[in-house]
Amino acid sequence: MDLFSFFSRKPSSKDVAKDRLKLVLIHDRVNCSTQVLEMLKTDIIRVISNYMEIDEEELDIQITQTETESSNGSVPMLYANIPIKSMRKVQM
Amino acid sequence: MSEVIVITSGKGGVGKTTTSANLGTGLAMAGKKVVMIDADIGLRNLDVIMGLENRIVYDLIDVIEGNCRMKQALIRDKRYDNLFLLPAAQTKDKDAVSPEQMNKLCESLKEEYDYIIIDCPAGIEQGFKNAIAGADRAVVVTTPEVSAVRDADRIIGLLEANELKNPILILNRIRVDMVKRGDMMAMDDVTEILAIDILGIVPDDESIVISANKGEPAVTDPSSKAGEAYRNITQRVLGNNVPLMDLDVDKGLLNKIKKFFKNGN
Repeated sequence: MDLFSFFSRKPSSKDVAKDRLKLVLIHDRVNCSTQVLEMLKTDIIRVISNYMEIDEEELDIQITQTETESSNGSVPMLYANIPIKSMRKVQM
Repeated sequence: MSEVIVITSGKGGVGKTTTSANLGTGLAMAGKKVVMIDADIGLRNLDVIMGLENRIVYDLIDVIEGNCRMKQALIRDKRYDNLFLLPAAQTKDKDAVSPEQMNKLCESLKEEYDYIIIDCPAGIEQGFKNAIAGADRAVVVTTPEVSAVRDADRIIGLLEANELKNPILILNRIRVDMVKRGDMMAMDDVTEILAIDILGIVPDDESIVISANKGEPAVTDPSSKAGEAYRNITQRVLGNNVPLMDLDVDKGLLNKIKKFFKNGN
């Protein structure tokens, strides 16, 4: 790393390439398109909204990878970060 | 013991044919009896890279259809008499061959040759399936670009699904200056993403263009940096442990100072 890249906050184009590749390969490998993910997201919001009020702006759903002990190496994982604004009164 | 090695990549234009020509020639230089098969039917190129385009009489399809004997179709190399090329047909299409026929062809060549190198076409369709059918081992060629690495990942998945376990990687066309600037992925970045073992790294080198112009593989040129990379790759295929090439020509402060004074004189 040279002095200039140390002080500038801009990531190098190599790192951009690497991050984009990692993401695209996760989707390629599990054969899940962004469209399918978007549909999944809409469904999740619909179901959760029955029970709590969530922050749809801050909602983050993605497919990442996680290490497992059982199978060899990493497996795809559905990651969801859903901030709750408040609970709804649920009729039991 | 004979071995059939398929050179594949998914994406076109990353250096499959150049790799096939250099690995085949390298193995012949090491004294092995080698056949290179151009499996890119309809778009043959291994013949021009080897400088053998004027000697083609019969091709792969002629052998498979029984129009000629194997011996008649094999072209002996100009420089090494233990090196042969089985050219692809230029007028047929990829569906003219089946995986079973390719498998049979490879098995019969194994009886007489030490190494059979198959130059696979780009893509993942019939031509790819034919090319890998008779292979014992697969080499995946890629460049440090997003599109090439993505396709390499797809190919690795398909190879493993077709019982070609543990393919190995050649990272081609590395530009050290760009890697240093942080504008090109380095070997570690690519092997980390693809989770695959490395067979070799090849620098982006003008000598590859020049050798293709002349029809003489760079591996035969002692002054070519890419040629040196292919000589190392050949040694590793033969099972010898050769350290990865240091592509950095002018590294270190001391060398830079030396260079500065050299240029000053």
